[in-house]
Amino acid sequence: MLGLYLHRESPVHRWPAGVKLGGLLAVTAVVLALPGVWGALAAGALGLGLLPAARLPVATVLRHLRAPVAMLALLFGVQALLAGTGWEAALVAVLRFAALILLATLVTLTTRVTDMVELFERVFGLLRPVGVNPAKLALMLALTIRFIPLLAEQVREVRMAQQARGVERSIAALFVPLLVKIFTMADDLAAALEARGYDPADRGP
Amino acid sequence: MIEFRSVTHAYGDRPVLHDLSVRLAERRVAIVGGNGSGKSTFARLLNGLLVPSAGSVLVDGLDTRTDGRAVRRRVGFVFQNPDMQIVFPTVEEDVGFGLKARKVPKEEIGRRVAAALDRHNLARHRHQPAHQLSGGEKQLLAIAGVLVLEPAHVVFDEPTTLLDLRNRRRVIELVRELPQNAVVVTHDLDMVMDFDRVLVLEDGRIVADDVPSVAIPAYVKRLS
Repeated sequence: MLGLYLHRESPVHRWPAGVKLGGLLAVTAVVLALPGVWGALAAGALGLGLLPAARLPVATVLRHLRAPVAMLALLFGVQALLAGTGWEAALVAVLRFAALILLATLVTLTTRVTDMVELFERVFGLLRPVGVNPAKLALMLALTIRFIPLLAEQVREVRMAQQARGVERSIAALFVPLLVKIFTMADDLAAALEARGYDPADRGP
Repeated sequence: MIEFRSVTHAYGDRPVLHDLSVRLAERRVAIVGGNGSGKSTFARLLNGLLVPSAGSVLVDGLDTRTDGRAVRRRVGFVFQNPDMQIVFPTVEEDVGFGLKARKVPKEEIGRRVAAALDRHNLARHRHQPAHQLSGGEKQLLAIAGVLVLEPAHVVFDEPTTLLDLRNRRRVIELVRELPQNAVVVTHDLDMVMDFDRVLVLEDGRIVADDVPSVAIPAYVKRLS
């Protein structure tokens, strides 16, 4: 769902971030409020209809949806078999999530992080009177998106190093060096932010 | 000019630099020395990322202890590992980060970022996620993100360590052509042969300070 921005010359890419995120929120509200499967089907159709308009390669979108699909399959199993809600209700829940995840993926793939950050800065700015620093929150969002692939790379590196030393599967052997790496990364990142002119005391415009 | 006045630095009770006094006014200055000699600490003192435990560091008359923010505007810093310096997910957004932090108007950010991307051969990657770049391209992106801020001095902390031969040459060429004063911390002795001055650090002390043709043989001799 946290698909990275994929540049294309398309009208969907040109829509303001506020319109896309606002639209996503509105559709979410409608899908959850409507009974039965109709809301989910309409949202899914909207997502599929926007795909060609956004000129995104279907294979890329499907790649981003691989992990959520596995999660939804699990959700369906739990709901239908363990929670005892029946398979019809489980199917409705899963279809709702699937449609919303497709739309959210479209939003992140067509919206630059800087545009998203600027929007969040404006929205969080409303909370400034209660002591919220909008610039800090917005930067946190950007860093989270930037560091997801980097963290995945660190996990791969640590795992390979463990395997090279004969440790095939050990949570502790993965977790401890990973934690040390993350703390080191955090230290380096703080220094880099400072070196590039970021001032944590700055409360934004 | 950057000046160290009786600078001592310690991490907790572990001293790293001992009573250093030196003035750096040359266009190209190299800092060499073994692991743990204090090179990286020296570099981080140059732009106020660290302030000395005792003594003072002055950059064009500004004290890093009291004018840290102004000093960091004058001194750009390129880290060894570009992955830690790249903040935004895509190339274009990351180059613009420092300008945005300094509240430069949006139109000017666009103009300066486009020029920086062109200058560093990154224009074709402008919309690409930074993590998909090669090691050399990431280092160029990190350098572009610093140079777009137009600092008066640039500090490089081991800029060629993680690079292959071709990218190492690109970075060396880039440093050579910089209009700014540059201080380069490095193990890459070939890189600094045409520099104006080389300081050799050992156990937190300057043990040689001369032109490369004198300082580097002295350093190599101390190693053997």
